[in-house]
Amino acid sequence: MSGPRRDPDLVRAYVRTGGRSRATRDLDLVTLVVAAKNPPKSNVTPQTMPPDARRVMGLCGRHGALSVAEIAAYLDLPPSVVKIVVSDLMDGGHADSPAPAETVPELSMLEEVLHGLRALAV
Amino acid sequence: MGSALSRSEQVAYVAETVTRSVKLLVAGNFGVGKTTFVGSVSEIKPLRTEETITEASVGVDDLAGLDGKTQTTVAMDFGRITVSASLALYLFGTPGQRRFLPMWDDLAKGALGALVLVDTRRLDHADEVLAVLEERGVPFAVAVNEFDGAARYPLEEIREALDLDPATPLTSVDARDRATCVAALITLVEFLFHRLESRP
Ligand SMILES: Nc1nc2c(ncn2[C@@H]2O[C@H](COP(=O)(O)OP(=O)(O)OP(=O)(O)O)[C@@H](O)[C@H]2O)c(=O)[nH]1
Ligand SMILES: [Mg+2]
Repeated sequence: MSGPRRDPDLVRAYVRTGGRSRATRDLDLVTLVVAAKNPPKSNVTPQTMPPDARRVMGLCGRHGALSVAEIAAYLDLPPSVVKIVVSDLMDGGHADSPAPAETVPELSMLEEVLHGLRALAV
Repeated sequence: MGSALSRSEQVAYVAETVTRSVKLLVAGNFGVGKTTFVGSVSEIKPLRTEETITEASVGVDDLAGLDGKTQTTVAMDFGRITVSASLALYLFGTPGQRRFLPMWDDLAKGALGALVLVDTRRLDHADEVLAVLEERGVPFAVAVNEFDGAARYPLEEIREALDLDPATPLTSVDARDRATCVAALITLVEFLFHRLESRP
């Protein structure tokens, strides 16, 4: 109880995520998440996962991809907590990104965004 | 704890073909029209998340022994536009104040750029937002949200008042009007494109 005061954000995330205070992966608010196509054959199933992980799997499980921010909004969890939970699920092979991340140069990306926005403007 | 699936009928998943995502920020001070703007252009009902941050409240809580820090909840709302078969664009409404910096770092990292909304009745409030973006190295364009009853000024006067770089795009929008919001986003992304293209 003594000693330096802990950062309450970290304490909260730590408690919620069963001992993790930092995500193991560098996930962004817009990182897309889907359930893994071939989850590992082990006795860890969504039913036996901690509650938050189970809820993330329930949301992303069968329906399609969502971003970290969308998962946070639908499950009413802080994005920082979702990042930790999703990192764990990815490490365990239960969750994945929608496709092997192809790297597209930023300039092409901006061009793609521009085309899409121009299509909206007509 | 409720079932995660209880609201799944309303969950708007990204299209199956979408494999990549990018983000833009819609930044600005309180009440400047960020939420309205995001709602005008988003293809999904805008969503909201909340993060608890430890904000540095300079000098206020020192006597209480709180090391000058307080817990605040910062809300950000965001929307989505599927801009191509494989790419989703997310727009994050972002409060611009410096005291929300812990959240800014997360938002700014990897963002393509920002559209800063300003209100001519409180132009001075934009300074802080612009300074934070400059410090983070987030490229931006500025859009004047023209509120009813607010005096209209020539954009050149506003540019001068905000001390904007001559290259920074400055447009005006009605945050309730989708067409003007899309036009402002196009101006921003054209700027980002040419900026990157002309970089040595
Ligand atoms: N007349 C007019 N009203 C606007 C416009 N944009 C927003 N409003 C109104 O201004 C108020 C504030 O707009 P919001 O979109 O909530 O602003 P915000 O920046 O998200 O505000 P905070 O999240 O509280 O910082 C709302 O009542 C809007 O309906 C505009 O272009 N014209
Ligand atoms: Mg708002």
